[in-house]
Amino acid sequence: MQSRRTDIWGWSLIMPALVLLGIFMIYPILSSLWLSLHTGKGMNLSFGGAANILRLAEDPVFLRALFNTLLFLVVQVPIMIALALVFAVALDDRTLWGRAWFRTAIFLPCVTSLVTYSVLFKSMFAHDGVVNDTLMFLNFVDQPIPWLTDPGWARVVIIIAITWRWTGYNMIFFLAALQNIDRSIYEQARIDGVPAHARLLRLTVPMLKPIILFLFIMSTIGTLQLFDEVMNITEGGPADATLTLSLYIYNLTFKFMPSYGYASTVSYVIVVLVAILSWLQFRLARDK
Amino acid sequence: MSPVSRILRSATYLGLGLAALISVFPFYWMLVSMTNSAVEVANGKLTFGDQLIANFQSLLTEVDMVRVLFNSTVITLFGTILTVALSSAAGYGFEIFRSRFKDHLFSLLLLMLSIPFGAMMIPLFVMFAKAGLLNSFAAILLPGIASIFIVFYFRQATKAFPHELRDAARIDGLNELQIFLRIYLPVMRSTYAAATVIVFMANWNAYLWPLIVLQTNDMKTITLVVSSLVSAYNPNYGVVSVAAVIATLPTCLVFFILQRSFVEGLTGGVK
Repeated sequence: MQSRRTDIWGWSLIMPALVLLGIFMIYPILSSLWLSLHTGKGMNLSFGGAANILRLAEDPVFLRALFNTLLFLVVQVPIMIALALVFAVALDDRTLWGRAWFRTAIFLPCVTSLVTYSVLFKSMFAHDGVVNDTLMFLNFVDQPIPWLTDPGWARVVIIIAITWRWTGYNMIFFLAALQNIDRSIYEQARIDGVPAHARLLRLTVPMLKPIILFLFIMSTIGTLQLFDEVMNITEGGPADATLTLSLYIYNLTFKFMPSYGYASTVSYVIVVLVAILSWLQFRLARDK
Repeated sequence: MSPVSRILRSATYLGLGLAALISVFPFYWMLVSMTNSAVEVANGKLTFGDQLIANFQSLLTEVDMVRVLFNSTVITLFGTILTVALSSAAGYGFEIFRSRFKDHLFSLLLLMLSIPFGAMMIPLFVMFAKAGLLNSFAAILLPGIASIFIVFYFRQATKAFPHELRDAARIDGLNELQIFLRIYLPVMRSTYAAATVIVFMANWNAYLWPLIVLQTNDMKTITLVVSSLVSAYNPNYGVVSVAAVIATLPTCLVFFILQRSFVEGLTGGVK
C-alpha cells in the first residue's frame, strides 16, 4: 500500500502534465463538440442543434473531401504496409550482403519533415520535371504525364509521396518484431520444403499479426489527418481532387469566412471515423 | 545454391536496390537543385550547377534567415526540454506511484491519444486569440508540452527501472524528487535520448499549428518558410531547395548522432 506521503509525491509529479492536458487538450475536445452544435460565421454563433450534421450530407465539398480521404486510406495504407513487410523480411536475412546500408537507405525518408519532402515531390513531379524526364528517357511514356494538373494523377502523386515517406518507418517496426521470432521455426519449414512465399504468408504474417494491426491503426489515424502533403503539393487541387478532411477544416476555419461550428462538426467526423475504423480493424484481426 | 534460390536472391537485391535508390534519390535531388537555377530545376537537370551562391543570396534577400532560425531554435529548444521534463515526470509518477485511480486516469489519457488534432485546433485558436497570445512563442509551446505519447513512452520504460535502486536511495535518505533527479534520470538516459530525438523532430518540423498561430514574418519558423516559398505563384525551386536543405540538416544530424536510440525509441513502445 502507498503511504500518504509518497502519494503526494506521485501526484505532484503527474499534476503539471495533467493540468496542461486539461487546459490544452480535454477542454478543446469538449469545446469543439459543443461548438459543433452551433451555426454562424466568426464569433457570431447561435445554437443550431443537429443543423451542421444535416449540412454535411448536402455539402458536396465535404463529401468530396471524405471520399478523397477514404480513397487515400484504402489504397495507400495496404500498399505501404505490404511493401514494408516485404522489405523487412528481405532484410531480416542475415546472409544478405549490405543489410545495414539497405536498411538505412530505406529508412532515410523519415528524417525529412513532411513539408520539406512535399516540396521536393512537387518539384520532381513538375510537368518538365525529373520524373517525367526519366519516364520518357526510359520510353515508358511518349509525352509528359500531367502529374499535378490532372485530378487522377494528382492523387497518384500524393499516394506515391506518402508511401515514400512512411514505408521505411513501418519497416523498422517489422524488423524489430521479426528479431523476436524464433528462427528454428523457419529452419524447420525450410527443411520440410515449404517454399518462400508460403513461409511468408503462412508463418511470418500470422506471427506478426499484432504488429500489423498496430501499424494499420497508426496509419489509419495518420491518413485520416492528412494535411501537410496535400497543402504543399497540390493545395487540395486540381478541382478538389486531393482535398482531405483536415485541409477542408483548415479552409473552413482560416481561409474562408470562419465557420467554427461547422468546421468542428467536420473535425468530429474524423474522430468518429478513427473510432469506427480502429474498432473494425480490431474485430477483423480477432476473427481470423 | 540451386538455380531457383539464385534467381530469388538476385530478385531480392534488385528489389532492395531499387527501393534504396528511390528512397535516397530525393535527397540527391535536393542537393543538386540547390546548385541550379529555377529553370534548370523545372527542366529536371540532374547534375550539379554553379548557382548555389546566387540561390543562397536570393534566399537571404527574401527571408530574414537569422530571425527565422532563431525562432525555430527557440521553439525547438524550449519545446523539447519542457516536453521531455514534464512528460517524463508524469510517466514516472504514473508507474512508480500506482493506484487504481491513477490507472483509470491513465487509460483515459490513452484513449485520447487517437483523437486528431483537428478536433482541438479551433477551440485552441479561439482560446489563444482571446488571451491575446496569437503570434507568440507561448502559443506554439503551451499546447505541446504535455504529450500523452511521451508520458506513455516513459511509463512503459519505467517498468524496466530497478526497484532496488529506489529502495536503496530511500534508505540513504533521499526524498522522492531527489530519487527522480539523481537516480532515475541518469539510469534512464537512453530513454531520454530517444524521447529527445522524437520531440526534437516533432517541434522542428511542426507545421499546421505554427501555420495557424504564427502570423507575421518575423515569427515564422524554417518549416513555414519552406512552405511559403513553394506556395508562391511561380516558385523558384533552386531557392526553395536551399531552404529545404537548411530545414533538413538539423534533423539529419540528430538522426545520425542518435540513430540507435532513435530507432529504439520508435519501436520501443510496442516491443
